[in-house]
Amino acid sequence: MYNFEVERPTSVSNAVAALGRDEAQPLSGGQTLIPTLKARLAAPSVLVSLTGIEDMKGVRMEGDKLCIGGATTHATVMREAEAHYPGLASLAARIGDPAVRNRGTIGGSLANNDPSACYPAGALGSGATIVTNNREIAADDYFMGMFETALEEDEIVTEVKFPVPDAARYEKFIQPASRFPLVAAFVARFSDGVRVAITGASENGVFRWTEAEEALNGNFGADAVKGLSVSADGMIGDLHGSSAYRAHLVGVMTQRAVASIA
Amino acid sequence: MAQVKMTVNGKAASGEVEGRTLLAHFLRDDLGLTGTHIGCDTSQCGACVVHVNGEAVKACSMLALEAEGAEVSTIEGQANADGSLNVIQQAFQDHHGLQCGFCTPGMVMSTAALLKDNPKPSEAEIRHYLDGNICRCTGYHNIVKAIMAASGQDTGQIAAE
Ligand SMILES: Cc1cc2nc3c(=O)[nH]c(=O)nc-3n(C[C@H](O)[C@H](O)[C@H](O)COP(=O)(O)OP(=O)(O)OC[C@H]3O[C@@H](n4cnc5c(N)ncnc54)[C@H](O)[C@@H]3O)c2cc1C
Ligand code: FES
Ligand code: FES
Repeated sequence: MYNFEVERPTSVSNAVAALGRDEAQPLSGGQTLIPTLKARLAAPSVLVSLTGIEDMKGVRMEGDKLCIGGATTHATVMREAEAHYPGLASLAARIGDPAVRNRGTIGGSLANNDPSACYPAGALGSGATIVTNNREIAADDYFMGMFETALEEDEIVTEVKFPVPDAARYEKFIQPASRFPLVAAFVARFSDGVRVAITGASENGVFRWTEAEEALNGNFGADAVKGLSVSADGMIGDLHGSSAYRAHLVGVMTQRAVASIA
Repeated sequence: MAQVKMTVNGKAASGEVEGRTLLAHFLRDDLGLTGTHIGCDTSQCGACVVHVNGEAVKACSMLALEAEGAEVSTIEGQANADGSLNVIQQAFQDHHGLQCGFCTPGMVMSTAALLKDNPKPSEAEIRHYLDGNICRCTGYHNIVKAIMAASGQDTGQIAAE
């Protein structure tokens, strides 16, 4: 890993100022970025740590939305979101392993937008709003493809606001070596409709499976999605599973999620 | 170089580090606490698990500067005050929870974190909690047995070896 300077601001405005320095990059839990730096896939001159910013940490209800600070760890969400949004707490509880959950954060996960990450499915499946230091972005407009988001240079995710569904379930088919999902489905049932988000499958990253949403809006039961399938075109294929296998898992994971909350 | 200060196993520790210095390297190279092992160096294996402010973290994936002001505990701080092995360490020895011992510091630190939150974990909970701790030689059953014993539970029911 090449050397860099570390800045530890305690406010969002100081973090944004520090990010204005040449070749500066935010550091949150470091669970993705530090291995990336070790592999020399990135070489910033300055890392701006977000973990000392108290305003970016914590879980609270604001009206009917669950608000999670961008630098809140997966372990904190697992514990503190349970009472408000158990379907999301359960997603956080199954990310990686305990030590990863104690460092990794929701903001880091959403900024990275790994095509197999868990939070993108939770955010898109809930219709969440991604709040940054200068605007609010609807999840539907935020995820732009594999490792691509609507974030601009030096923009940081400060908070994520989740509408709370009547019921939700994240079904993760785990890839045991990486602990990421091979494929996972997040199904959320709101009074005004169902949302289904799929991660781990598409070469474009997380996506909404609208055909399943329409079927579930008519009849919320695993049977409603049984006959549906997604095409293997554009699905990830690698040594862990072919694109046809992943396409098949999309249906299976969605059915399991629906069955557990129907 | 920057100055970093923290408390390690109850004692004040400080040093000059680079931005890129990992907590694992600071503990091993600057403080001489070589019980924190570096196995994979890619946050997969858990050999480097220490506690930072009471939480298990992988010291290979945290910068030393991020531990500024923190309370850090490592395997060197686990023994009883008289130097004898603590309950978890003794259970690993009694139940052959180690062979080469490379993963053991991380296993013991993860176990300590587990038992703090869940004093009587089931076998399934233990196996799930150890997802991030990889052992290449013992084969896990004896590790699970040791943790059942360390938490005062019957070890007779553990899945066959
Ligand atoms: C062994 C292991 C298993 C894992 N398993 C899973 C899993 O099952 N599911 C899963 O989803 N993830 C998994 N992860 C990834 C983990 O959840 C990471 O914590 C997460 O992807 C990145 O969050 P972070 O806080 O560590 O971010 P960092 O690594 O610090 O940063 C990641 C990227 O985001 C940028 N960034 C960070 N915070 C912000 C912000 N607030 N605003 C803008 N940009 C920001 C950084 O500059 C960097 O480019 C695993 C990781 C490991 C090591
Ligand atoms: S050395 Fe840190 S997880 Fe393997
Ligand atoms: S005892 Fe050898 S790796 Fe676990």
